[in-house]
Amino acid sequence: MKKSYQSLEDNSTYYMKQVIYRSLTSRIVSLCFALLLAFSTSLTAQEGDPVNGKSLYNSNCAACHKLDKPMTGPALRNVEARLADEQGLDREWLSAWIRNSSSLIKSGDAYANKIFNEYNGTPMTPFPQLSDQDISDILAYTAEEKKEPVVVESNTNEGASQQGGVSNDIILGALALLFGLLAMALVLVNRTLNRFAKAKDIEVFTAQEKRTPLWKAFVQNQFLVLVTAIIFLLASGYFVYGYFMQVGVDQGYEPVQPIHYSHRIHAGDNGIDCKYCHSSARVSKTSGIPSLNVCMNCHKSISEVAPETLAEGTEYGVDYNAEIQKLYDAVGWDGTGYTGDSKPVKWIRIHNLPDFAYFNHSQHVEVGGIECQTCHGPVEEMEIMYQNAPLTMGWCINCHRETNVKVKDNEYYTKIHEELSKKYGVEQLTVAQMGGLECGKCHY
Amino acid sequence: MSSNKKYWKSVEELNENSSIVEALQQNEFVEPIPTDEFLGDKESLESSSTSRRDFLKYVGFSTAAASLAACEGPVIKSIPYIVQPTEIIPGVANYYATTIADGFDFTSVLVKTREGRPIKIENNTEAGASGIANARVNASVLGLYDNLRVKSPMKGDSKISWETFMSETTSKLNGLNGKAIVFLTQTLPSPSTNKLIADFKAKYGNVNHVVYDAVSESATLDAYQAKYGVRGMANYDFSKAKTIVSIGADFLGDWQGGGFESAYAKKRIPEDGKMSRHIQFESNMSLSGANADKRVPLTPSQQKIALAKLYSEVTGNSAGGAKLPEGLDAAVKAAAKEISKAGSNAVVVTGIQDVNAQTVVLELNTYLKSKAFDPKTTIKTRQGSDKAVMQLVSDMKAGKVGAIIMNGVNPIYTLPNASDFSEGLAKTELSIAFSMKQDETSTNCQYIAAAPHYLESWGDIEMKAGHYSMMQPTIRPLFDTKQFQEVLMGWTDKSGSYRDFLKSYWTINILGGASFNKAVQDGVFVSSSAKNGGNSSSTSIETTTALKDKKDRTFLGGVIHDVAVGVGIKDEDKDEYVTNTTATTVNNGGSVAGGSVSALSGGEAARALASSAKGSAMELLLYTKTGMGDGQQANNPWLQEFPDPITRTTWDNYLTVSQADADRLELKNWNVANGGLNGSYAKVSVNGAEAITVPVIIQPGQAKGSVGLSFGFGRTSKGLKEEMKTGVNAYPLYQNFNSVQNVTIEKASGEHEFACVQLHNTLMGRGDIIKETTLEVFNTKDKKHWNAVPVVSLNHIETPVTSPDVDLWDEFDRSIGHHFNLSIDLNACTGCGACVIACHAENNVPVVGKSEMRRSRDMHWLRIDRYYSHQDTFESDDAKKDGFSGLFGDNGSLGGFGEMENPAENPQVAFQPVMCQHCNHAPCETVCPVAATAHGRQGQNHMAYNRCVGTRYCANNCPYKVRRFNWFLYNKNDEFDYYMNDDLGRMVLNPDVVVRSRGVMEKCSMCIQKTQKTILDAKRDGREVKDGEFQTACSAACGNGAMVFGDINDKESKISALKEDDRMYHLLEYVGTKPNVIYQTKVRNTSKA
Repeated sequence: MKKSYQSLEDNSTYYMKQVIYRSLTSRIVSLCFALLLAFSTSLTAQEGDPVNGKSLYNSNCAACHKLDKPMTGPALRNVEARLADEQGLDREWLSAWIRNSSSLIKSGDAYANKIFNEYNGTPMTPFPQLSDQDISDILAYTAEEKKEPVVVESNTNEGASQQGGVSNDIILGALALLFGLLAMALVLVNRTLNRFAKAKDIEVFTAQEKRTPLWKAFVQNQFLVLVTAIIFLLASGYFVYGYFMQVGVDQGYEPVQPIHYSHRIHAGDNGIDCKYCHSSARVSKTSGIPSLNVCMNCHKSISEVAPETLAEGTEYGVDYNAEIQKLYDAVGWDGTGYTGDSKPVKWIRIHNLPDFAYFNHSQHVEVGGIECQTCHGPVEEMEIMYQNAPLTMGWCINCHRETNVKVKDNEYYTKIHEELSKKYGVEQLTVAQMGGLECGKCHY
Repeated sequence: MSSNKKYWKSVEELNENSSIVEALQQNEFVEPIPTDEFLGDKESLESSSTSRRDFLKYVGFSTAAASLAACEGPVIKSIPYIVQPTEIIPGVANYYATTIADGFDFTSVLVKTREGRPIKIENNTEAGASGIANARVNASVLGLYDNLRVKSPMKGDSKISWETFMSETTSKLNGLNGKAIVFLTQTLPSPSTNKLIADFKAKYGNVNHVVYDAVSESATLDAYQAKYGVRGMANYDFSKAKTIVSIGADFLGDWQGGGFESAYAKKRIPEDGKMSRHIQFESNMSLSGANADKRVPLTPSQQKIALAKLYSEVTGNSAGGAKLPEGLDAAVKAAAKEISKAGSNAVVVTGIQDVNAQTVVLELNTYLKSKAFDPKTTIKTRQGSDKAVMQLVSDMKAGKVGAIIMNGVNPIYTLPNASDFSEGLAKTELSIAFSMKQDETSTNCQYIAAAPHYLESWGDIEMKAGHYSMMQPTIRPLFDTKQFQEVLMGWTDKSGSYRDFLKSYWTINILGGASFNKAVQDGVFVSSSAKNGGNSSSTSIETTTALKDKKDRTFLGGVIHDVAVGVGIKDEDKDEYVTNTTATTVNNGGSVAGGSVSALSGGEAARALASSAKGSAMELLLYTKTGMGDGQQANNPWLQEFPDPITRTTWDNYLTVSQADADRLELKNWNVANGGLNGSYAKVSVNGAEAITVPVIIQPGQAKGSVGLSFGFGRTSKGLKEEMKTGVNAYPLYQNFNSVQNVTIEKASGEHEFACVQLHNTLMGRGDIIKETTLEVFNTKDKKHWNAVPVVSLNHIETPVTSPDVDLWDEFDRSIGHHFNLSIDLNACTGCGACVIACHAENNVPVVGKSEMRRSRDMHWLRIDRYYSHQDTFESDDAKKDGFSGLFGDNGSLGGFGEMENPAENPQVAFQPVMCQHCNHAPCETVCPVAATAHGRQGQNHMAYNRCVGTRYCANNCPYKVRRFNWFLYNKNDEFDYYMNDDLGRMVLNPDVVVRSRGVMEKCSMCIQKTQKTILDAKRDGREVKDGEFQTACSAACGNGAMVFGDINDKESKISALKEDDRMYHLLEYVGTKPNVIYQTKVRNTSKA
């Protein structure tokens, strides 16, 4: 056992060393490569920089091509090698295709026509602006090996923590058993001793009677009873009040949605502006749940998340790719086009103001310039959306009392602000001073 | 002058012995509520199965259950669009221009849609006078969400598909073997539809198109056609008239298609001391009569004499001595004098359904060269021909008609000889009704072609010559419907949609290079020829007149003669006209209409003669009610609950009878303990035919010897809910399409319970709520004479109530920001009630039904009070009294006092819209125990429904009685099975206004949702609010300019000027409530010419 243990250790060090070694070499190589690139123009176009290629790929190609899966256009992993192997086409053909595919198709090139028809006769956008170097960079990127997602590691981690959980239970169970045994032992010992005492006629001392028990003393003291009753009533009153005040307040409400939509990824990691999707917040009373065509603006080309993101998903027990697939099912997208077979997504509404309260998003967002997060909380960190604020009237009113009206550069407020601020003798008017506490402003 | 007039709201109040009125002045209920009796009644308490203990148990349990149930909130789903249309933003309203053309109402409107649902009808200001929606048009949006609409084409009682419908009907149409195909349609002045019908005719041959108006204007059309050669009606612009004489024309109502009131109202507001003068001769009390400066009650037959007389007086072309009672004769003479004096500034109109009468009016206006008379701009919204309809019915009975295709008509309900029609209908080989409902006619047809609502349809309407209106869908069809035109295209094998056809037709024939999209967007299009014609119309009329003058004069002579003969002119007068009559015959030979002139006048003459000779016979004038029109919207609860402007009665029609006739026939009205109005029944029969039993309302101002009954009620079909089948059907009495019928009336047994709101909600004896004066006083005397601010005594010094010294309250500073005021001009308000329905639609006001209305639990936030007053002032009464000499004779005190004591004979009428007055010192706010009603800085009196606990203290303390209590839950409640009780009907609700629940008080909010939206729009754009941007639902709906809303802190605004106007007053100013609703004193033009 000891031996194998050692060997494992050996193994790991060996691997580690090797990894370090390899990364070192590659760094040196790439450094040299970069230097060469910087100082030499004689370098042939055969070589490409995959790093630059990746950024070019993402900005130009990714809308229609994926590396490993056909989308609007074919999959591009190892496209150059594949074409050379299967069709005998060289880079020249590829460059001609990339720069202007339609002219290639018109020229009657057999493979060009074949691929054009295969993808529903959708012509590829010509990219005449791409230089030879750009193309070779892109091809270098496509020629990279597919990286396997690093999912295994986190899985083992989870397994380990689960194991830890089990062992804790066992320890606790063992302890409980131990205590049980101890208690039993004590009882047994006590009984045995008593039996001995009886047998030897020793009187066991018992401290009964004389002193009235504590509870009787308490009951007999009416003052204490009264005080306790009052305290008890007050305390229960407090809790009952607290209970009733939270009826209908759904702070923290976090329902399970039909699609696991992560605001953390969209608003947080990708930094998409809230109003990109919730565009009606600018002009309407509702912020609007984005229609599915808005999702498809991006998700037409994003059918899978990055491996790292997918790994994060396991933390929440969700497969993001499957969630995107749910969107495709709803909108009727088969990967290349709309099937027309769509079905609505029945989101569960989180922020429910009662009907008798009128709230207008555009007033707050557009006129007041309030950040969405002021009410909705750190949405960019929320994996699943939940209700951050209590949405009670007291909460609204408080904010109206404390917030200043954004009057700058708004001609509507010029006159009223001048007069009102003079009246109240303040520089900045709060919403309350502007009339934001009047019943009829929100209840009609 | 203004304040010493006695106003009264119902005949009951004139009865000095009525304890009810006295009681109602001081109490909410006529009888004390018997609470003591009930509580003291030990027996009933003991016999009750629910003991006090049980009651407490139930209360405790239900409270606990309710609070437990409240712990878990419901899960609410939010479902976004899959692909959101670019023009729709949830929460933002879109407006589309379209046109209603249901055969009775023709109006260009704007439709407000929210999330794709039409929710409100508004005026289309681009369209001018034809863009002002009346009460019915305002309510028409609810018809879209009527759950009883036909949801797919039907064959008999079973649903079929459109494919089946098309294939079956096409094969039947082709298999008629030359038998006639008849289109029986409503008036549809749609150029593209007419083209489609023409194409149909070309394909199928032997096709006849009959146009049918339920309420006929055939006589007018015939007269106009005879004179101008086009079937239509002359246009009138009352804003150009200084003297208006109307003989039986309710031109503020539905006369000749309606739409004249906005021009009329313009000239009713005194400007530089001048306003128009309006004299009305009529039998029923109509809206026009109620607004007139001088109203003369005349029976319909007397009206004919009066018209003939008026003509002869004005033109000097004597028609002989007709027999009018002396007082009436003088009135006609006085009117003639005024017309002569005004010359071309005068205009005469008549509503007498008689070709001769209509011709007289056309001639008279031509003679006067009246500026308000515009015969060139032909109004085309009535096209029906009585003769053609009658011919059709007899053809059908004779089995000559192979197929009948009906669109927008319901003849089995509206025809006087409906049984003949149904008999004929059974003989046709194919009968199709395009209908939204399973109505009386469509259920008797083989096929019901489910027709879409106008808000789901395309179309074009030529309202007036050259003035077109566009109809465009504002929502996808809710049901499997197809419009008439689309099916016509199918029958004529045209491909494409009706919209495409419409567009190409317009591009070729109408637009003349203008943009189709622009026409659709505006909803109106005026052809270039009409524009030019409009400018030079006055000159061209004159030329026509000059050319036609001689010929027509002779023609007219004949007409006058006919009328005169009809109403009893002596024989020697006849001889004078012999030559003229000959000329008439020659003249008439050419035209169809002319032919009917003599035929009609003969019949008229005999009847009129008989009535004038006997004097005891009763004449019935059939009319249309402001709320119901011809009855096609009878399933609309808003309209059923709409109080008639004159009688203030809802959910009913009734026979209006004068007090004198009622006394003679022992017909009665009385109020019962709960304040409800009861009335006797009367049996009415025409020509000895089967009598119908109608409830009776005694109508002040009804001409003696005449009675009135409205169309539009007594529907029976499957297309209506049971609750909506109210009233009696008056169409069977509409013999020969003559709105005047000789009837016999007798009292019937039983009593009818009305839901009349006029006596509801006591003003606690504060009757002097209205202010009025005469033009003479207004012009000559100082404001304090006719519009004095009331004074109170402060330390024995008279101090105006507006002074802060006499005020209980401290004044708040409202000079910063907006301060809203609403001005209501009693001169411009005609009482049409469009605002009432607009308020209903905007504010989700519930419908409560007849029995609740009767209990004075109506929910209208805005009511239009109608007040009667004696014709003359106290001063003139005094003068009259002093002028008596002797007992008998003209100046005899015996008759004179009697006349003075009967104010109900011909009262003056005033309308006053009353809504929450938004008092700055509001009595309601101080008494609310939970501060649910509070004042805003912008002048609005806020009402927080969710805070209200329903003590009703506020309603009791309101001096104007404008607060409404939700006695029940009016939505999602089977007991109130109106539109709020079905999913479809609730689509019409305004999402910006909360639907109130049981047990809370509600009232006018001064449309705070609208003012807040206007403010928000301005804030978002970063600009100040412009004058005219602020609107309430009522002010936006008022086409007469009677209601003006705005911000009085904007010193440039219209409302600021109105607030400083001399005519401005507040309701019950002496109460010191400082309302934010202001009124403009009514000025009557009593000046004699």
